[in-house]
Amino acid sequence: METKERRTYQAVIGLEFHAHVATRTKMFCGCRVAYGDPPNTHTCPVCLGHPGALPVINERAVELGVMAGLAMGCEVAPRAVFARKNYFYPDLPKGYQISQYEEPICTGGYIDVPTSEGTVRVRIQRLHLEEDTAKNVHVGTSGRMHGSTGSLIDFNRSGTPLMEIVTEPDIPSPEAARETAVRLKEILQAVGASEADMEKGQLRCEANVSIRNPDGSFGTKTELKNINSFRFMERGLLRELRRQREVLEAGGQVQQRTMHYDPEGDEVYETRSKEFAEDYRYFPEPDLLPLEFTEAWINELRSRLPELPEAMRARFVEQYGLSEYDAGVLTSDRELASYYEKVAFEVDPKQAANWISGDLRALLNEAGTEISDTKVTPQRMIELIGLVENGTISRSAAKDVLARIFESGESPSAVVEREGLAQMGADELSGVVEEVISANPEEAQRVREGDKKVIGFLIGQVMKATRGNADGGQVREILMERLGS
Amino acid sequence: MAGLLELTAYELAQKIRSREVSAQEAAEAANERVEAVEPEVKAFITTTPELTLARAAEVDARNGNLKPWDGVPLAVKDVLSTRGVRTTCGSRILENFEPLYDASALVNFGENLVMVGKANMDEFAMGSSTENSAYGPTRNPWDLSRVPGGSSGGSAAAVAAGEGWWALGTDTGGSVRQPAALCGIVGLKPTYGRVSRHGLVAFASSLDQVGPMTRDVRDAALLLQAVAGHDPHDSTSANVEVPDYLSELEGGVSGLRIGLVGEMMGEGIDPGVREVVERIAGELEEAGASVGEAHLPHQEYALPAYYIIAPAEVSSNLARFDGVRYGLRVPAEGVHEMYRRTREEGFGDEAKRRIMLGTYALSTGYYEAYYGQAQKVRTKIIEDFRSAFSQFDLLLSPTAPTVAFEVGAKVDDPLAMYYQDVCSIPANLAGIPAISVPGGLSEGLPVGVQLMGDHFTEPLILRAARAVEEVSGFEYEMKP
Repeated sequence: METKERRTYQAVIGLEFHAHVATRTKMFCGCRVAYGDPPNTHTCPVCLGHPGALPVINERAVELGVMAGLAMGCEVAPRAVFARKNYFYPDLPKGYQISQYEEPICTGGYIDVPTSEGTVRVRIQRLHLEEDTAKNVHVGTSGRMHGSTGSLIDFNRSGTPLMEIVTEPDIPSPEAARETAVRLKEILQAVGASEADMEKGQLRCEANVSIRNPDGSFGTKTELKNINSFRFMERGLLRELRRQREVLEAGGQVQQRTMHYDPEGDEVYETRSKEFAEDYRYFPEPDLLPLEFTEAWINELRSRLPELPEAMRARFVEQYGLSEYDAGVLTSDRELASYYEKVAFEVDPKQAANWISGDLRALLNEAGTEISDTKVTPQRMIELIGLVENGTISRSAAKDVLARIFESGESPSAVVEREGLAQMGADELSGVVEEVISANPEEAQRVREGDKKVIGFLIGQVMKATRGNADGGQVREILMERLGS
Repeated sequence: MAGLLELTAYELAQKIRSREVSAQEAAEAANERVEAVEPEVKAFITTTPELTLARAAEVDARNGNLKPWDGVPLAVKDVLSTRGVRTTCGSRILENFEPLYDASALVNFGENLVMVGKANMDEFAMGSSTENSAYGPTRNPWDLSRVPGGSSGGSAAAVAAGEGWWALGTDTGGSVRQPAALCGIVGLKPTYGRVSRHGLVAFASSLDQVGPMTRDVRDAALLLQAVAGHDPHDSTSANVEVPDYLSELEGGVSGLRIGLVGEMMGEGIDPGVREVVERIAGELEEAGASVGEAHLPHQEYALPAYYIIAPAEVSSNLARFDGVRYGLRVPAEGVHEMYRRTREEGFGDEAKRRIMLGTYALSTGYYEAYYGQAQKVRTKIIEDFRSAFSQFDLLLSPTAPTVAFEVGAKVDDPLAMYYQDVCSIPANLAGIPAISVPGGLSEGLPVGVQLMGDHFTEPLILRAARAVEEVSGFEYEMKP
């Protein structure tokens, strides 16, 4: 009898990120960093690679790189060296990219990543600074070089600062990979090192993917490209892992390759392999002096680190009594967290969390507005929640008010006033209740006889008669009292 | 105007400042001289007679506040970026390239720089005879059948022939000093970082330095004064105060400890050259210096280390000449073929040879054996100098092992050509300043003696060089 050995397939994933560093000017010259401007409007002899032009290090980029490293618990090198990575490509004006090789600014460090199977510690291998290339634009086709009739180059991007962050192959699943990216994004945003918006290309990612051999050693890895959104990252990795597994199950061997993920067809393709391996001939950049960091400088940057997302999340749970989920939502975006804290300072923090992480976020998402741009200022939100808390308006009326002020930016009180949304006082409400009882004698009788279910109907009638300007709880109370049940 | 041509740059500058002579008169004299001798000497790739006059007129129009060097016509090596004036680096690949900006050294000199033209050079400053220029060789004004040295051979010949009063060259392994020696003029390579490299089209970034090439030592001091200084555009430029280079010139050598470098006086150095250096050593001793024998034990490794480091850097520095954005482009099917053909046609043999050497030296698997090892040698050489300077204030040696050689004599023997820089390379590897000053004649041709000092000791070097000038009895003489 043939027994087929069952094999478990354990993914091994390492990620390599490139994040735009949030500086005003480029990495090695004074040109502005601007995306979306007319082509070749932010250039100079340095970023055009003109003869004789020399690079000068952007100190702010170094600060931000080091701060990002510190935020991940990295060790900051006392001495860091820029190196030239030599290769020819039309988008690389000097014929080399100034990067870092043997002595990066940061090494070590980690990100703790929560997954459905518990927290995974993903170690950071290194963080270094480099310059971005220019952008090739191929004309005459859909934008690919192959088959194009011509190529144009936009040097606005040439020399803009990038941070490369490489993880160890510690990531056990596509889900954990996605979460790693999410956490990294949060950290970079919190530190102000990068805007890190994957959709805008401010955070780009490549993955090394393999399946662990039965003896526990690493399998052959492939490199997966074009996974430039959180969703595609997870799906692309799942797809590539499935492909590798199918190869292995068919008795084949995974080949070391570079794969390209096509999210539309949910397919992975082998990119055209190079004829020979590129030798980048790295050597220390002789135009730049080594960076030397003193302990005092590093400590000064450390002291300037803001509260990191994870610490903030824990504090929100502790300080405001929020659920992990709400705390997570509110701290996922720095602006949102700051907005929340302003509101929670004045009103019940839990109510504030409900309104902000629920109703307000829904409106923001629907309208595609950023929290920083909303007309519902923290002051407006405080006022609105206050109106509910003091019983002036019902929660359902308040939702309408929020929707109105989201559009108009008016004050909540003004809307309540104008629309007559204030809740009725107890006397007025009693009158309405009496009317409803008189108009529905059968139902009232059934309530008196103990049929609690019917009370909901009567409450509904009262609410209808008051056009919602009544507190449901109060209505129930009055009804119960009148009907003596 | 012949009288004007007899003046040194310093003397001319004084007359211009006192309005005794106008800058335009000087410019006209320079232009006339260029017209007269350029067909034979061929010191320039591009002459700029109209610009020369226009700038001189601007100088004359300025009301007072002239700097002590303003208005004196200058030849600029064609490796320094000049806005709107083509800058070829002696290469076909930059034949029609007009830079967008001026080199910082020229900016430091000041506005209205009266430029005579862009001086010929070995392609991208690689060579010791100016025969590697895509624009033909320059001739030595002392003997038109001979080379002027290189790579700043055009600058040296221009000064020797009176085509302008002074010149800027660049020195990566001796390219200011060796042609200065061969043409009987003064050439100074300052401390690495003393003059900004911004706008100096890089050959070997860790070695390149702009330097004055002049009729005498005082002119060298004045021109250094004009171009030196910290530059925020060059991270390797030194933020060290620029002293007054003229104030100590006449201080003499009394009490100075001068070391004659033993390793630079032996085999391979022409006896005639050695004789001049020995004679100067003796004269300096008589003038009050104490002269002893100094040793640089790793000297024999300097040349090999240089021929790893410089090509490695140049292989990377010349990568930008790819036909994509500027310079020569040879159209071809596909970008890689375009690169190949552009570089094939655009670069000369020596440039290609060094690109290949450097590419090899940086390759995976060879890096440690070549580039890594060469850097270790460089450290040893720095230590040698440190140790020598603990015993001596200055080191003395020949600048070049021979006098000017015949055009064509070494073109087919790269190693013999490389050997021209055997005495000058160590200063570049260590980043220290060194000067070549004429010490006398051998076979009727000028011999340069070299003085090397510790970092930022240019005032001391200039002072000693001035003393050499005094004892040698050699005086600038316009040729041919």
